[in-house]
Amino acid sequence: MKENSFLKGIVDGLSICFGYLAVAFAFGISAVGNGLTPLEATLISMTNLTSAGQFAALPIISAGGGLIEMALTQLVINLRYMLMSISLTQKFDSSIKFYNRFLIAFGVTDEVFGVASSKQKIGKKYMYGLILTPFLGWSLGTFLGASAGNILPTVVTTALSVAIYGMFVAIVFPVAKKETSVAICATIAILLSCAFEFIPFLSAVPEGFVVIICAVVASAVMAALAPINQDTEVQDV
Amino acid sequence: MFSMKFLLYLLIMAGVTYLIRLIPILLVKKQIKNRFLLSFLHYVPYAVLSSMTVPACFMATGHIATGIIGFVAALILAWKNQSLVTVAAGASGAVLIAEIVMMYLI
Repeated sequence: MKENSFLKGIVDGLSICFGYLAVAFAFGISAVGNGLTPLEATLISMTNLTSAGQFAALPIISAGGGLIEMALTQLVINLRYMLMSISLTQKFDSSIKFYNRFLIAFGVTDEVFGVASSKQKIGKKYMYGLILTPFLGWSLGTFLGASAGNILPTVVTTALSVAIYGMFVAIVFPVAKKETSVAICATIAILLSCAFEFIPFLSAVPEGFVVIICAVVASAVMAALAPINQDTEVQDV
Repeated sequence: MFSMKFLLYLLIMAGVTYLIRLIPILLVKKQIKNRFLLSFLHYVPYAVLSSMTVPACFMATGHIATGIIGFVAALILAWKNQSLVTVAAGASGAVLIAEIVMMYLI
């Protein structure tokens, strides 16, 4: 299979799709619980394609919250995509033209970003494939969860909810095993995010900010302490 | 079929989220040469994914114990360089078994 083909993208996207089905299913259930119709829930998933932001929007919609509140919530929670988008541009090959970027931008999610950044270079066709299956899984999962969420036993939906984290581990751990600096970076990020979860006054910081602070601090510290060698920078990371 | 209020929420949500993703992708068109920035961007994916996984994974199931079991299962499979799907499925499977065991214990 060619490294940068549409098909390769589809195949790599399938694992994300599988994880998304589960998380979107949970979102669908939650959306209906907040008074949305299955069609509304599905429309949100098809246009937003983001987990944390959508979950955070539900109580706002259900409480009839303000539009500014909604905009700020989305901004803070999703600001991490800005970092990811910048990082991804460095891997784009020449097949990605200005107008292709409008479509690719829509599909920058944590997981798509995670998989794409494990590549040396990414092309247009690969990116489209990589985005398509997660998009379908996310939309379909939402619809199924919203319209038939009570069919699955809770224990199954609970188990499915960790699928996404399993995928993150699968992306980070093999690299951390090989590169000590990446392992240290991951450790710093984890210690910080635990501090934000468990230290009382820090736990008041909104979720969206926490990811940004952890990522920026851990990456900046390691960039200062263990800068990458520019000559070997092209190695597959 | 959709209320005006809902469509407004939808427009705001989708619009803000899309622009956050789009603006940097349109603006950054050159290869970054600065060594610190390059190194920073090299570490970003691992820092982002790590901070999103721990401790969130431990909290995801409602029981910290089963969340940790799922996480450890993922670590073991990832240590053996298994594919994304295998690791994700293995973590879910481990949590499923752990949750069922918990149901009978408590």
